[in-house]
Amino acid sequence: MQAFLISLRSEFYKSRNTLSFWSAILLPLIICALIAEGFYVNSNKLAGMTGMMQWFRFSGAFLGVMGSLLLPMLVIFQTFSINNMEHRADMWKSLFALPLPKWSVYSSKFVYAVFLTALCLTLFASFIIAAAYLMNFFKPEFKFNQFDMSALLFKLHLKLFLASISIISLQFVFSLLWSDFIQCMGLGFLLTIFGIIVANLGWKYGYAIPYAQPMIAMNAVTKEIKIDGTQTIDFVLMTKEIYVSLAIGLAAFASGYFIIRKRSVN
Amino acid sequence: MPNEFIIETRKLSYSFASQKVLNEVSLQVPSGSIYGFLGPNGAGKTTTIKILLNLLRSDKNNVLLFGEEINKNRLKILSRIGALVEQPAIYSHLTGRENLNNRAMLLGIPKKRIDVVQNITGIDDYAGKKAGKYSLGMKQRLGIALALLPDPELLLLDEPTNGLDPNGIIEIRKLLQKLTSEGKTVFVSSHILSEVEKMATHVGIINHGKLLFQGSIAHLHDISINTISIEVNNVVDAANMLLNKGYTADIKNESIILPYSSQREMSCINKLLVDSGFSVFGLSRPKNDLETMFLNITKN
Repeated sequence: MQAFLISLRSEFYKSRNTLSFWSAILLPLIICALIAEGFYVNSNKLAGMTGMMQWFRFSGAFLGVMGSLLLPMLVIFQTFSINNMEHRADMWKSLFALPLPKWSVYSSKFVYAVFLTALCLTLFASFIIAAAYLMNFFKPEFKFNQFDMSALLFKLHLKLFLASISIISLQFVFSLLWSDFIQCMGLGFLLTIFGIIVANLGWKYGYAIPYAQPMIAMNAVTKEIKIDGTQTIDFVLMTKEIYVSLAIGLAAFASGYFIIRKRSVN
Repeated sequence: MPNEFIIETRKLSYSFASQKVLNEVSLQVPSGSIYGFLGPNGAGKTTTIKILLNLLRSDKNNVLLFGEEINKNRLKILSRIGALVEQPAIYSHLTGRENLNNRAMLLGIPKKRIDVVQNITGIDDYAGKKAGKYSLGMKQRLGIALALLPDPELLLLDEPTNGLDPNGIIEIRKLLQKLTSEGKTVFVSSHILSEVEKMATHVGIINHGKLLFQGSIAHLHDISINTISIEVNNVVDAANMLLNKGYTADIKNESIILPYSSQREMSCINKLLVDSGFSVFGLSRPKNDLETMFLNITKN
């Protein structure tokens, strides 16, 4: 366990000045700033809405784009960057010649990739809330302070995170197999487009397609939440696409370990 | 009782698919030696080093380091080894110092040790520069610094003087000799034979996966001195006389060259020349340089 934690610390040390780490912070910051600016400038269009509706309009602007395209693209980039550090330096041999258990080196990289996505989504939820209250402070026509969306927003992002575990794991394996960004990005992008089509078509077994799972998860939440104000606003976190996502994540994690053992000696 | 051999392989064989790359290699690397591992490209040197680091596995449990089998004691053994495999593996987006910091973090080594290895490998002046901007020689020094960081008992170095200028090569040679004087063992593969000759105490010569020679440099010289060189006053007549008496004599650089068989025969040849009226000025067994010996051994 100690070797795993040391390896994890090393992952942070190696990536702390790279775009793979900073993208997890800058992406939510920049997107939040841009969308908040749009809402701030057009505040009159939201003036007639209730606080709850304003929250849904505001957070929906993020979640729609995140679930379909932005999150998979971010995951593709981050997983590639983490493994590419080792490919570029031809470091696998040296890492596995150190007195560290091989699994700890591998699993720390995987966990770090998962952590970056978790960090990014947590920051998204936090920045959305911060931006909403900030807008409310400067423009009283916003009614964000009349409805507490915090818990729901974090739960939504948690669901999005769990639904993206399968994509993280698969992209992680692709980036172990290929040191070429075009291959990882190309395949990831094609699968993302395929996922969007599957989710939009509403195919019965779409929940089993990894790249469709975040979007399907978000679609399910939209259908589940009643926004007439008469019921408690909530949704089920662990739906079948989430279970499948976790199962795929586990299988990809295990297969990645065998790939890396071979990769270390070539 | 301390182990006589730091590295010992017992009839080690290894194949990639159907291609046999190592064929019953029995290495014996004495403690405190600088062992030069020589062989042409594709001979099996890097494969051997990878097996010694357990990057490749020998399923027969016939690889022993520090007297212990590597498959069963991987972490314990690796914690006593510093290695440089093929080209130095360095994160180009980090500085030299950060590369060392990262390795020290992984190995739980105090930061003051980083200052020590920076100093002994001579990378102090550019430790703050991004490693991606290093020359090949600088990278090589950083690679050696990374290998030295855990203060290992055994250093496995694959072509450590690659890319170094003559001064750098001399410094590394002195460093390795200093390390062995402190009781450490160095296993170094190299294709620069003159360099190995200057620093190695023992050599192993491998070709086509077979260990063709193994022993001390003195032993290598001993077995490969297989000619007699004779200096006489009339070289051509003396050579003809020896040919007429059934010897395989040749003339090279104003000397007669004959195959060596025994000291007794050397004495007989000397007597024969003197009795035939020739003045013998010198009778010797010329030493071959390592390159000649290497070529002779790998050719055969």
